[in-house]
Amino acid sequence: MSAIGTDVAVVGASFCSYDGGVAAPQTTPVQTPDVESVPTIDRPWITVVHDDPVNLMTYVTWVFQKQFGYSYDKAQRLMLDVHHKGRAAVSSGARERMEYDASCLHGYGLWATVEQP
Amino acid sequence: MFRRQGQHCVASFAPDEVRVLRKVATEVVGLLTDGFDHTDPVVDRLFPDIYPENAEDSAEFRRYTEGELKTAKIDQAGAILAALPSSSGGEVRLDEEAAEAWLRGLNDARLAMGIRLDISADTDLSEELDDAVLTDPTSSRVFQLSVYAYLGYLQESLLSALTE
Repeated sequence: MSAIGTDVAVVGASFCSYDGGVAAPQTTPVQTPDVESVPTIDRPWITVVHDDPVNLMTYVTWVFQKQFGYSYDKAQRLMLDVHHKGRAAVSSGARERMEYDASCLHGYGLWATVEQP
Repeated sequence: MFRRQGQHCVASFAPDEVRVLRKVATEVVGLLTDGFDHTDPVVDRLFPDIYPENAEDSAEFRRYTEGELKTAKIDQAGAILAALPSSSGGEVRLDEEAAEAWLRGLNDARLAMGIRLDISADTDLSEELDDAVLTDPTSSRVFQLSVYAYLGYLQESLLSALTE
């Protein structure tokens, strides 16, 4: 077990790095203008972050800035939403993109899920 | 605790602190490797279901992503171990990339300990610690609560040094 320590290479920013070029651009699904009701399949999905007794508020704010490129104000507002309401939608768009976001947030230790409201 | 020094986040660690950080980070690596077990609530918390209402979709997603997430978490804990000074203590100097890996690694360690210690939204840490000390000052709960509190301060100081 102790051998694991010093042999592990430091791979800091490779997983879901915001500016590492791995991330696809944030997109929202293109909706066809002449369709009255948007079919379920085209409705946007959301990434939801749930409140957690361990994560520091300052850390959660920082993660939102880091992961989504949000301003400090927006990131803090979302963090407070999570804290006070128990959960908040932090991004929306195509399902695959939301799965990617949630997985990245898991990398930071946030409790994230994906849903289609 | 960490402070900013030019492009780096720097902290001095006493032998006790080095020992604790090494122990905690090594235990996280252990949880993610030999001890990896989905029935462990800690693993459940570090790798939450992405679709809580849909076990099948969650499992499907897990199949494709869990390996990479696990590797990232092992690397995060590894970043802590790699930067720690010898057991006699000393300085840790982190560039931005290493500081971010430390932040994530410290957070994983706190999540794991938070589950083991049954930390909830109502937990008052200093009250909890006082109670534990009164019950038995030599108990492992006193030690673990102290470590948990220490990791929180350390993470907070690193974050503030990084974003200064």
